[in-house]
Amino acid sequence: MSNTDFTLAIEDLTVSFDGFKAVDSLNLYIDKDELRVVIGPNGAGKTTVLDLICGKTKSTSGSIKFKNKELTKLAEHEIVHAGVGRKFQTPSIYENLSVYDNLEVSFPRGRNVFGSLTFKCDEEVDSRIKEVAKDIFLEDFLEMESALLSHGQKQWLEIGMLLIQEPELLMLDEPVAGMSVKERELTAELLKRICKGRSVLVIEHDMDFVAKIAHKVTVLHQGKILAEGDMQTVQNDPNVIEVYLGH
Amino acid sequence: MKFVYDRLLGGKNGAIGIAILAALIIIVLPLVLDLFRLNLVGKYLTYAFAAVSLVLLWGYGGILSLGQGVFFGLGGYCMAMFLKLEASDPEATKIQSTPGIPDFMDWNQITELPWFWEPFNSFGFTVAAVLIIPTIFAYIIGYSMFKRRVGGVYFAIITQIIALILTVLIVGQQGYTGGINGITDLKTLHGWDIRDDSSKYILYFINAFLLFGVIFLSRYILTSKFGRLLLAMRDKEDRVRFSGYDVSNFKIFVFCIAAMISAIGGAMFTLQVGFMSPSFVGIVPSIEMVIFAAVGGRMSLIGVVYGTLLVNFGKTIFSETFPELWLYLMGALFIGVVMYFPNGLAGIWEKHGNKLVSCVKNMKCASAIKSMIKTKRLAKAEASSE
Repeated sequence: MSNTDFTLAIEDLTVSFDGFKAVDSLNLYIDKDELRVVIGPNGAGKTTVLDLICGKTKSTSGSIKFKNKELTKLAEHEIVHAGVGRKFQTPSIYENLSVYDNLEVSFPRGRNVFGSLTFKCDEEVDSRIKEVAKDIFLEDFLEMESALLSHGQKQWLEIGMLLIQEPELLMLDEPVAGMSVKERELTAELLKRICKGRSVLVIEHDMDFVAKIAHKVTVLHQGKILAEGDMQTVQNDPNVIEVYLGH
Repeated sequence: MKFVYDRLLGGKNGAIGIAILAALIIIVLPLVLDLFRLNLVGKYLTYAFAAVSLVLLWGYGGILSLGQGVFFGLGGYCMAMFLKLEASDPEATKIQSTPGIPDFMDWNQITELPWFWEPFNSFGFTVAAVLIIPTIFAYIIGYSMFKRRVGGVYFAIITQIIALILTVLIVGQQGYTGGINGITDLKTLHGWDIRDDSSKYILYFINAFLLFGVIFLSRYILTSKFGRLLLAMRDKEDRVRFSGYDVSNFKIFVFCIAAMISAIGGAMFTLQVGFMSPSFVGIVPSIEMVIFAAVGGRMSLIGVVYGTLLVNFGKTIFSETFPELWLYLMGALFIGVVMYFPNGLAGIWEKHGNKLVSCVKNMKCASAIKSMIKTKRLAKAEASSE
């Protein structure tokens, strides 16, 4: 496969679990500054695609190139070091640590054993933590134990833990699940803000939210791409209507 | 100075805890107990090394090792090998068919000192071996387990099996290891008799200072980012991995450190007790160490020392009166603590301590209210009488 201008270029990606192809020769290209939303019915393979990109699942065949670097052969932490951040479907934060510590632990310095033993939370780290906390609307909750945050705030915190690493590709699995209307609005605003200078890949079910944020929408169905384009085109696509309403 | 206060002592509460424990171990116990009892305490305190290592490994790291006895034993055996060689000089062993080798080798028809015993003629090598051999062994186990993402119950079972294997190996190779009896009749260290009264006192204090050194080292590790990562890994391992950390390296490191700490305890055990045998290596001692940590509070470096002392005193008292019941009691204690007091003695103290403080405050409040009511009543009574 040749080099491309895309931040992320997925070609012929296939993964099969005991013969069942969860993702079937998928091609997906994402530009810089682009916010892409992947939608699709349950079992379409959306989360599996994220798992493949971040290395949680190994692909059967095909290639994933991030800034023309092949990711399929890298270990999980190497993929993160390359600049890929991923938020899980259920908010995955360290509940027994404070909000501040959650962000500090995620700060991309002192990432090996001896680095972490000698890591100092200096001025730079501190100001970066506060900056990110402000971005994710948690600047007043820094000292709170993160287990006590609301579900929506936990989602934000996990996004913040990724932002502090300044990834060039940010992948969010259902970022507004369990959020109130107000929180959804704030999140939409947050996502619009953070997709500048990087690529963002979002999986979401909430169509109103998708319409609000998406530059481009990809519809997955049974591991394959069913439709791709702006929200309007996708919503009027007869195949998409069939998949969503046909059963 | 601030670094010492915050990172090693653990702030105000930590410093007070350390001070109380230090006063107990270094001042009170040596003054109150006779030498026999004090030596016993010294022996218990060597187990506390293993309990402290379990705070790092199990309490913070969430990695339950049922094989700390392996590292305790390796440290102890390294020290015992040196002392045994010194005790087996040709003069003292001249009645043997091969003088100059340890007596148990002679009994097993071994006529030459095995190659791996040779380096233990040097005390410098022995001290290094106490620290390094268990650590290398832990690295090999840790590397092969954690790189394959073996964890949880599987890891616990595998460490337990390793403890069993090592015991079987030591017992089986009695010509090289002293077998089931272990390595006994240890006498001197560079000519210094470790059995007389003054050396028992000295060894007790060396042991106590080493224990505090290990607690400070552990505190330093736990208050660094490494410590927070351990907690984070225990909670959400995948999140740590996908935040750019190679989780297995962190686990291997903490496993190695825990092994080294346990080994120091083992070496001090040999010095104070005067022998080393497979009964301090296997499954039972390994599980007992976990119980010490659980009873003391597996999140508390200070708590586990109390836990170790308490359980061992209990063991000494109960096993003298009801020898056959002790094991059941120990099992029940473990289950009870894990179910009802997951943070052990340290947890109870924290809860109870707070209650005590608030209780005192409440009593003051209540008496103030009572006296207020009293004065009002008096005033009323006076008013009505008038």
